[in-house]
Amino acid sequence: MSGRMSALLEAKSISKRFGGLEALTDVTLAISRGEIYGLIGPNGAGKTTFFNVLTGFYRADHGEFTFDGEPLYAGAPHRVAAAGIARTFQNIRLFGNMTALENVMVGRHVRTRSGVIGAVLRNAATRAEERAVHEHSYRLLEYVGIAARQSDLAHSLPYGDQRRLEIARALATEPKLLALDEPAAGMNATETATLRQLLELIRTDGTTILLIEHDVKLVMGLCDRVAVLDYGLKIAEGQPAEVQRNPAVIEAYLGGALA
Amino acid sequence: MATTLPRQPAAKWLGIVLIAVALVVLPFAVDATLGRAWVRIIDVALLFVMLALGLNIVVGYAGLLDLGYVAFFAVGAYAYALLASPQFDIHTSFLLLLPLGALITAMFGVLLGAPTLKLRGDYLAIVTLGFGEIIRIFLNNLNRPFNITNGPQGITLIDPLQIGDVALSKTFVIGGITLAPVHSYYFVFLLCALLIVVVSLRLEDSRIGRAWVAIREDEAAAKAMGINTRDIKLLAFAMGATFGGVSGGLYAAFQGFVSPESFTLLDSIMILCMVVLGGMGHVPGVVLGAVLLTALPEALRYVGPLQKDWFGQVFVDPSDLRMLLFGLALVLMMLFRPAGLWPSKIRKREWTA
Repeated sequence: MSGRMSALLEAKSISKRFGGLEALTDVTLAISRGEIYGLIGPNGAGKTTFFNVLTGFYRADHGEFTFDGEPLYAGAPHRVAAAGIARTFQNIRLFGNMTALENVMVGRHVRTRSGVIGAVLRNAATRAEERAVHEHSYRLLEYVGIAARQSDLAHSLPYGDQRRLEIARALATEPKLLALDEPAAGMNATETATLRQLLELIRTDGTTILLIEHDVKLVMGLCDRVAVLDYGLKIAEGQPAEVQRNPAVIEAYLGGALA
Repeated sequence: MATTLPRQPAAKWLGIVLIAVALVVLPFAVDATLGRAWVRIIDVALLFVMLALGLNIVVGYAGLLDLGYVAFFAVGAYAYALLASPQFDIHTSFLLLLPLGALITAMFGVLLGAPTLKLRGDYLAIVTLGFGEIIRIFLNNLNRPFNITNGPQGITLIDPLQIGDVALSKTFVIGGITLAPVHSYYFVFLLCALLIVVVSLRLEDSRIGRAWVAIREDEAAAKAMGINTRDIKLLAFAMGATFGGVSGGLYAAFQGFVSPESFTLLDSIMILCMVVLGGMGHVPGVVLGAVLLTALPEALRYVGPLQKDWFGQVFVDPSDLRMLLFGLALVLMMLFRPAGLWPSKIRKREWTA
């Protein structure tokens, strides 16, 4: 471990352009191990684009990521997942016609190995692996609190449970960094409170969290540090309280006229 | 998912034994009652069971709409035909040829899969349809400048399945039971079909099977979960093609003759109908679909003579009636049982929810 604070993820001058739209301009940030890092900003600020570039769904036009000391392979989501970054989606993307348990079991794919031959022969190694996948997945359902619905189809779960299931599925990939895209969107106050407890528990258990969120109260209460994006530029970074007082941030959220 | 029903082991074994006895007796019982033609129809049905289960991997599990699947049947059949016939005067043993044919078709599966990886839905369907036609047209025209496939005339005198001097094209009498070629082939086909059923069921309930279904359900989410969608899709194409190749090789040996006209778009569509009608992604349903869609058109042949018996003349030509009823059945199915005749429990819930 080097002398400086050990950064789990470093983004260096990430830029992404869609035609004439500069979605991300030179965004540089570093997320430390064990923290909950918030990424906020008005609609269209580039938060989700940043997520998509980070997780390999888009290729950055410029800039690079260093994750856990290694350069992150650009443009291949499955390699990003293998490297240890798991994500959820803004508009929940579960495997609707699989059961809750099966959804989480899919998350184990990247940490397991058995192939066609193992599947066909059902040898001892494959059976042991399947059992482990099953147990691990069930424990994760318990962890997020929806074990009772293990055999329900994902699309038939209530909204809040779908959000939890998506988190459980992401955790099944054993991420070092859990990237959540607006996990509290559409939740009521009670659901948001339980989500907050869950996120704190995940952090306590050693997973770093990157959080995109609109719910300012949740972000301010939960995050150790926050970065603010506006029109693709990082306009502020720091502890929630100081960011909240930053004039540039206030202007971005409330509009120029009030600043 | 579908494999482990909570049942008493004793009852389960009794069930298996009863089914096994029924399957062994079936060809002889059918021969004695309906006639030998129907044993042949059962043989063909078993070939279609293998084909439908192969397509089920691609369409049912991985959700990749393939309209050219019969191409793999053709490749398997020609691979066997070319290497076990007077065409090149090569007579390789089927014990070597069937696995080799499966391997070749698997390669063709990857070959077709590779350019379609980024395509979905309609676009994928069109490209696979084109691939199916390309294969058929190639087979039809590869008699010039070098005669490889013998063109539209097809390849004749293909070797039957044979070990040593025992060829399945001969009739045997064992202990008073007459074993005609259709009977012997029945047992070979049954064995292969059962093997493919077991492989399908095991794949479905495995890491690979879950990855296929995940891709079908949401490809982006599957990628985010660390699934290498390119490899897993190619694997689906290869596995599906393999089943088709085995079925094709057996078909060539059984018929003793192959020609390009056995592998048309209509055949691809028929196989797809078996999968969809039976219950996409559900092995028992797909088997049922394959058996029904092979047997029903044959059964409707009797409608002509029946009309003559009852009314003294034939009002509706049986072959017209077959297509009419078939079309009607498809429309009704899609309206009333969109998940298939025998969908998996989970899919059934999906439609009733």
